[in-house]
Amino acid sequence: MRTLRFHTHTFDRSLFKVWAQLSFACLLLVFMSGASNTFDRYRQLGHHNLICTCGCGQILLECNHVGCTVSTQEEAELRTAIARGDSDQLILQDFVQKYGPTVLAAPPQSGFNLVAWIAPGVVFLLAMLGAALVIRKWKLHTVAMPTPFGADPDSNAILDRVRRETEL
Amino acid sequence: MAAFGSFAILLGLVLCVYNFVVGAFALRQIAVHPHASFGPERLAESARRAGIGSFIALSCAAFALIYCAFTNDFSVSYILHHSNRALPWPYKFAALWSGQEGSLLLWAWLLAAYGFVVRVRHKVDVKLTAYASTIIAGIQIFFTLLIVFPAPPFALVQGAVPADGFGLNPLLQYPEMVIHPPMLYLGYVGFSVPFAFALGALMMRYPGEKWIHITRRWTMVTWLFLTCGIFLGMHWAYAVLGWGGYWGWDPVENASLMPWLTGTAFLHSVMMQEKRGMMKSWNVWLIFSTFMLSILGTLLTRSGLVSSVHAFAESSIGSWFWTFLIIVLSVCLFTYILQRNHLQSEHKLESLVSRESSFLFNNLVLLAACFTILWGTLFPIISEYVEGSKVTVGPPFYNRVAVPIGIFLLFLTGIGPILAWRSTSFKSVKRNFLWPCIAGAVTALVLMAAGMRPWQDAGTLYSLMTFSLAALVITAVGSEFGRGARVIQRHTGKNILLSMVQLTRRNTRRYGGYFVHIGVVIVFIGLAGSAFNQSKEQEMGFHDSMTIGQYRLVCQSYTQDSNANYDSEYELLNVYKNGKFLTQMAPERRFYHASQQTETMVANHSTLQRDLYVVYEGRNQDTNQPIIKVIINPLVAWIWIGLVVMVFGTLLALVPNMSADQAIKSRKRVEEEVALPAGVGD
Repeated sequence: MRTLRFHTHTFDRSLFKVWAQLSFACLLLVFMSGASNTFDRYRQLGHHNLICTCGCGQILLECNHVGCTVSTQEEAELRTAIARGDSDQLILQDFVQKYGPTVLAAPPQSGFNLVAWIAPGVVFLLAMLGAALVIRKWKLHTVAMPTPFGADPDSNAILDRVRRETEL
Repeated sequence: MAAFGSFAILLGLVLCVYNFVVGAFALRQIAVHPHASFGPERLAESARRAGIGSFIALSCAAFALIYCAFTNDFSVSYILHHSNRALPWPYKFAALWSGQEGSLLLWAWLLAAYGFVVRVRHKVDVKLTAYASTIIAGIQIFFTLLIVFPAPPFALVQGAVPADGFGLNPLLQYPEMVIHPPMLYLGYVGFSVPFAFALGALMMRYPGEKWIHITRRWTMVTWLFLTCGIFLGMHWAYAVLGWGGYWGWDPVENASLMPWLTGTAFLHSVMMQEKRGMMKSWNVWLIFSTFMLSILGTLLTRSGLVSSVHAFAESSIGSWFWTFLIIVLSVCLFTYILQRNHLQSEHKLESLVSRESSFLFNNLVLLAACFTILWGTLFPIISEYVEGSKVTVGPPFYNRVAVPIGIFLLFLTGIGPILAWRSTSFKSVKRNFLWPCIAGAVTALVLMAAGMRPWQDAGTLYSLMTFSLAALVITAVGSEFGRGARVIQRHTGKNILLSMVQLTRRNTRRYGGYFVHIGVVIVFIGLAGSAFNQSKEQEMGFHDSMTIGQYRLVCQSYTQDSNANYDSEYELLNVYKNGKFLTQMAPERRFYHASQQTETMVANHSTLQRDLYVVYEGRNQDTNQPIIKVIINPLVAWIWIGLVVMVFGTLLALVPNMSADQAIKSRKRVEEEVALPAGVGD
């Protein structure tokens, strides 16, 4: 009976481990995924890709300076380019040629600028991985030491109750 | 009065220098010759008093500048450029921090005020306070030097004095602007105190964790001020700038967020040092980084290093800040290397599934967020250096890189509190996580059934994840409250609500922290609403109408008005929701005479579900008809509600715990009440 309970427990634990790993992988996948294509190209380009170059630093379609002729002109050019049937890439290239690379709301994902996009994710993952490895290493060291009370899985429940009640 | 102000600043500087030099000498003597006959303690005491004196001197200087503003003394260059006769009096007061020189004076004064409190409360720990006071004096010297040399607030106008001033920037003529900058400065400056205590404790190899107990309240109060400052800034941007958003990932906004993130990490990880004697080096470096990021933020704002709509005019002040930052970093590094063996951890992490691990991961996520923001803020400079051309790092970058980190942080907000210290058993994990996970999954399914399509775009996906995780966190925190309250209930026989109150009073820090977590969740709910914004813009002449979502807006009239401070144009709009009259709104645009600048006054109808945000965009040059922009912003009100909950939670955490004696008395009282026969107490 005791062996059976032990097996069920181990099965539960491994199932939980698989579930946790899958969830983490899904979360990572979701976090790493970017914006998908939208149906409204004008809004997409104007709200997500271009900024007003008058010096305000605001997103093109959000620039609200009184009499800002720059954003009005750029919005008109954007509408014209979309109506002409230019691709998004071509429109952005034209804008960069005319106004310089600062017209793009975010660094292009090519060349050195790719570093801008990659660095935060890499640092984040390395930090997580490093922390997990350090904890694992420490944990192995701790297991080697005698821990008579916490080692028995059955005492966990008592330990949990004690902790809960003493933490109040 | 200008001469008096200048003299007060100089006196303040002299007193700070005395505090620093004599204080450092006395501490050195105490450390080397503890029983010296010449009485280094008396020298240290005189240094402390000089520090108190510096607060009085800088208070006089701040008073002098405000006096100049109220008496329209335009011979003072700063007043000439930031005030005018028609300026309403609360804004004359705000003129103190509306420009470079005045805001630096405010900074120096606030720092002196914090130092004053530290020095007056020196009996908490005389020696440690003496170290902290000396370090604060060092920081005070830097800021006082700034207002003596590169940015003197009492500089006089050369030549003839104009009859009226150039006025205050119209963007700053808004009630929240009177409190937003001081709040932010209180936050920035306040981190100097835990920094000074941490550095002082490290220098003197202070035994134990007492420095953390002493600075805990300082850090929490400072964090509270910074939080309020950031949110007030968001509300100001939302209500005044008229672009319909509250956070634009502007470098100056980012500069305020970075110390907030590291400060939040410190508030969490410091608990590990208190409870388990762990992460001592980490905590010391967290508070060092928080202070240095506050300085870096100020550097970014004031040096013209990065372009921002918020930034002060480009000036030479950047080199001063660079020098100070390098000095601070060197001192911190040197002290750490010298004393690092004092910071050995007493325990190690025992399990990946434990409260300590969750704090560690929470810290890493907060630091990753901080790194991302710092990286994004500085990348244009790096790119220009490497490639020769500047790039823009705007909202799309942060939305894509920082938002996922934020969502992960929200996840940790939920799971951290329900993990036990040292290690958590699998059974306990299963028991504690079951209902929160079910709540999260059910929320996601209900929202998808209600029409949310996460596969359509990233914004909807992130929103769905946020709502789902919000349900998970609220259930997790709620179940923690419930479990604890039931234990109290079993012991005292009180009802569940009273048991919750008693539970909270017995560990205000822990349960106050839970309230802060709930506040954060509410803020995230508000932020998630931005994925469903709608906007429309059109010309709206007399009786023209516009339909957006459930709303129909009809123009009743548009007109002009004028007073001594500004001219204004506004439109009266009747708003109908689903065909029924809802309210009348009057978006406005003002033209300020003194500064010759235009400013938007947004009309906003806010409900818990959504904000109807109406902006008067100006007039069409050809038709002379007003242009109206309407934005529907769902759930924005939750952001401000979340702030209130966070403030409540922090204040609760600052309240001392109910002592064991009180708890026993309370229990006895309940037992007596229960024992009394019915009607006796009436």
